Amino acid sequence: MELIIIPFIGALAVFFGGRKQAAPLALLGSLITLAYTLTVLSGFNTDGQFQLITDVPWLNNGIRFRTGLDGIGMLLVLLTHVLIPVIVLLQWKRDEADNAGFFGLVLLMQAALAGVFSALDGLVFYIFWELALIPVWFICARWGGENRLRITLKFFIYTFLGSVFMLASLLYLYFHTPGDHSFAWEALTAVNLSGSEAMWVGAGLLLAFFIKLPVFPFHTWQPDTYTVSPATGTMLLSGIMLKMGLFGLMRWYLPMVPEASGTQLPIAGTMALIGVVYGGIIALRQSDMKRISAYASMSHVGLIAAGIFTLSPTGMQGAMLQMFSHGVNIVGLFACIAIIENRAGTRDLAQLGGIASQARIFTILFMIVTLGTVAVPLTNGFPGELLLLQSVFQYHPAAGIVAGLTIILCAVYMLRMFQFSMLGQRKGDIYLFRDVEPHELIALGIVAALIIAIGFFPQPWLDLTGASVNRLLDIIQERVALR
Amino acid sequence: MNAANWMLLVLLAPLAGFLINGLLGRRLGGNSAGWIGTLAILVSLTGSVYLFGQAGGSGLNHSYYRWISAGSLQADFGLMADGLNSILMLVITGVGLLIHLYSIGYMHHDKGFHKFFAYLNLFVFSMLLLVIGNNFIIMFFGWEGVGLCSYLLIGFWFENESYGKAARKAFVMNRIGDLGLLVGLFLIWYQFGTFNYSDVFAKVDAGMYKPEIITAICISLFIGATGKSAQIPLFTWLPDAMAGPTPVSALIHAATMVTAGIFMVVRCNHLFSYSPLALDIILYIGLATSVMAALIGLKQNDIKKVLAYSTVSQLGLMFVALGAGAYTAAVFHLVTHAFFKALLFLGSGSVIHGMNGEQDIRKMGGLASKMPVTYWTFLVGTLAITGFPFFSGFFSKDEILIALFQKNPVLYAIGLGSAFITAFYMFRLFFVTFHGKFRGSDEAASHVHESPLIMTLPLMVLAVLSVAGGLINLPHWAGSLAGGLEHRLSPLYMDTYHPSHVSMGVEIGLAALAFAGLVAAFLYNRGRFHKGNVVPESDEAMHGAGLFLAEKMRVDELYDSAVARPLESVSAGLHRSVDTGLLDGIVNGFGTISTKAAVLFARLQSGNISWYLLAMACGLVLLAALNLFI
Repeated sequence: MELIIIPFIGALAVFFGGRKQAAPLALLGSLITLAYTLTVLSGFNTDGQFQLITDVPWLNNGIRFRTGLDGIGMLLVLLTHVLIPVIVLLQWKRDEADNAGFFGLVLLMQAALAGVFSALDGLVFYIFWELALIPVWFICARWGGENRLRITLKFFIYTFLGSVFMLASLLYLYFHTPGDHSFAWEALTAVNLSGSEAMWVGAGLLLAFFIKLPVFPFHTWQPDTYTVSPATGTMLLSGIMLKMGLFGLMRWYLPMVPEASGTQLPIAGTMALIGVVYGGIIALRQSDMKRISAYASMSHVGLIAAGIFTLSPTGMQGAMLQMFSHGVNIVGLFACIAIIENRAGTRDLAQLGGIASQARIFTILFMIVTLGTVAVPLTNGFPGELLLLQSVFQYHPAAGIVAGLTIILCAVYMLRMFQFSMLGQRKGDIYLFRDVEPHELIALGIVAALIIAIGFFPQPWLDLTGASVNRLLDIIQERVALR
Repeated sequence: MNAANWMLLVLLAPLAGFLINGLLGRRLGGNSAGWIGTLAILVSLTGSVYLFGQAGGSGLNHSYYRWISAGSLQADFGLMADGLNSILMLVITGVGLLIHLYSIGYMHHDKGFHKFFAYLNLFVFSMLLLVIGNNFIIMFFGWEGVGLCSYLLIGFWFENESYGKAARKAFVMNRIGDLGLLVGLFLIWYQFGTFNYSDVFAKVDAGMYKPEIITAICISLFIGATGKSAQIPLFTWLPDAMAGPTPVSALIHAATMVTAGIFMVVRCNHLFSYSPLALDIILYIGLATSVMAALIGLKQNDIKKVLAYSTVSQLGLMFVALGAGAYTAAVFHLVTHAFFKALLFLGSGSVIHGMNGEQDIRKMGGLASKMPVTYWTFLVGTLAITGFPFFSGFFSKDEILIALFQKNPVLYAIGLGSAFITAFYMFRLFFVTFHGKFRGSDEAASHVHESPLIMTLPLMVLAVLSVAGGLINLPHWAGSLAGGLEHRLSPLYMDTYHPSHVSMGVEIGLAALAFAGLVAAFLYNRGRFHKGNVVPESDEAMHGAGLFLAEKMRVDELYDSAVARPLESVSAGLHRSVDTGLLDGIVNGFGTISTKAAVLFARLQSGNISWYLLAMACGLVLLAALNLFI
């Protein structure tokens, strides 16, 4: 609960702290949150049980404000609280009249995200889910680029529509809990549904999570939104918010309707795999760096979803590790793109080139982020991708090979992007590219350090979630076996 | 210090060199970055010598930590040293050391001097990782790592966009192969439930396998090998990779990385030997590659391109040996090839250095007197690769041809033909470059100079190795001196493995045949380019088959029109019609309809988010109310 409240207090402090203090306060708040998260982590029990439980009566006995964390939730809370200081730091030089609102919204978002990952009650989950949407929507709509209102409104309505279906499904489950009804996670998972009921309930949940991720073909809000949003908004969306969808699949979809898994998972998995290849192919020819990264993200997230749908410990563990790594890498990627756009005034590959000869440290950092995204061994992208691909291959060799195309496609579009932006001759004399400033160096340095550290030592991260994943799978298997 | 620490030392010394040069290199003055890089390799070489002494019999093996364990999948960070990889470690660090030394001279004026040595050290680290791991995952680490370093070094002069393109091509084609390798790894896991070499091979030998899965594994692994070792169909990246600085071509694209595929097959000989089909595929692909690349080599006029196609061709020969089950012959040729091809590449670098960057042999000629050390060492390299009697290449190539002869005389004839073409284009290269009249401008003529000692010294050492390299595995007639390599490697093979032997008469006959071809090639090219002063035709004058070969059989164009461009069209098409057209159209259509409907029916829709927030809040209240009353 403190993991939600501390950033919330931080957000209030920033809101009322005024323009000058906004950035320092936001950084301080997020660092306190991070420090606290790390102390929690050091005492965290990795046995797969929910811990740090807050349970207070709320609307009535069946609807309680109940939060807690197992390894799965903990890893994602950790991801949130690690990335927010990085994201804040990247905007360190921001000095606008609305600074207080901007940084306050970031921390508000942080609180809501932590809430999503720790909710143990269906209604609490739903509320945090929607609460997380509002700050990021404001950030994107208020500080975005051209056409921001139209595009972000579409994003808002689209994802909101998805969550309405989710709410309907959760309500349906709620009304089928015994006695006075309960929104408790355990109660909802215990509901037995008939085949067709499970299909509808499952479809509602799936739709919400698929839009959020997004998974093909529900992804069309994403490239536009990522492109038009300010860097901070894009980082929040891609680095953390889309993990809500993956987390939702694991915590709030699979154990809720295991009855439907036999019929829905092959379809869902196929959609995810289509997204892997489809996103990868489209990314090949885009010239806007943000758009390339948006489709790349869709491709990578598709693989994570496919790994989850294998219902295997390897796939789930790979998904958990890759959620963390993807968050780190995509934030690094969008940070690099923001730095380029900020200095060069464009992120169009046709107009870029030759940055490497002017900004040495930036080149190294961007290279490391690129390698992490391409999943070169001994970077953080590789262990997760290995586990995910192995699980999909084990599920079906043909699916594994299709998913494996990502290692080729990703190399093509990422190296193309790196080549045309960083290498070659400097285009014209329109700009003199400044190397990273201290705050950017620290932020990207953290990203680079995580990329390499997880590449060499993925096991501590996997240990955090191993028991929780097994417990989750046990629950699903039991439910399937019961039927 | 125990063996486990020695292995770590061998592996980590180049990594330390990379970090020092990468982080501090720019602040080090003069040549220090070069010497640091070289020193790191020297440390590694010392360790490799020690391991070579220790790694007899069952070898050394140590797991350091559990790299990953998730679900049923596990892999350790574990290293090993045995008869096979201890030899390769010597080659990597030994040849690597010479090339580092050479680079201090070659890269002297380059503004990226420290970066070059950082990358070179990183490469040696990755290459050592590839051979020193005790399981498939560590091999894959190294496998991808060398691909990355190759990418970085091919595109080293990054301001040149065509170099960058060559670098990406190399990386992407390797990745296509890597997908095959990865599938092979997954199949290994599926069949054996482990990635450890020793466990996998023990299970195969115990008969715990399905033959068709072994075949699938072997073919998948070989697809990986075709990428890394530049075989049909994934060979076209290697000639383009010559965009990198020449020491890179010598180290990565001749002596070490490109032989990774051969190493892998030998390492997995317990798998491959159970799949005759896979071995046949390897043999035929290797043979076809060998002949095709040699033919293309006939008509190349870029000194490095000739050597690049020659490398592809020689790698093909090594795969022929593997396909014929002559694993030792493949490793033997791998080692001798590392010597003489590194020598030839460094020699060509010396020529390019002396010619101020010129690579077209038509603009050279008569360099013998101007660059004597380069000339004589290049001659040694040429004699070694063409298989002149008692040079290293003579022994190793003969072993392959004999193995092929035993398998099938027709295949032998093709292999012999490939060797003959090799002799032909190598002597052509040699005579056109070093003999005849100098054909550059007068200005160029005044600049031509022999390279400094730091570059010629490695040439001389490699020349000695190219002559004497055959000693490591002399034929059986050498009595007690024979078969050194064979003895070292045979414990790694299956019990059923027997080295091939033919009678002395046949052996002499085959050697004489090869020698006759060599002499013919020598005389022809000497007459044409030395005595006759003929200059190879200009690009415009080429026609017919010659043009087809000069254009590299138009394979790049084929891939371009069959794969690259269609994929680009699909990408653009998907984006235009499906993504923005169809899918987004549907979404927007829904939006429009619902907006209109709302306006028509309820006028609730103001297009304002606050309405939704209000609706949500009302919904929540309603829900709460429902609960309180129901």
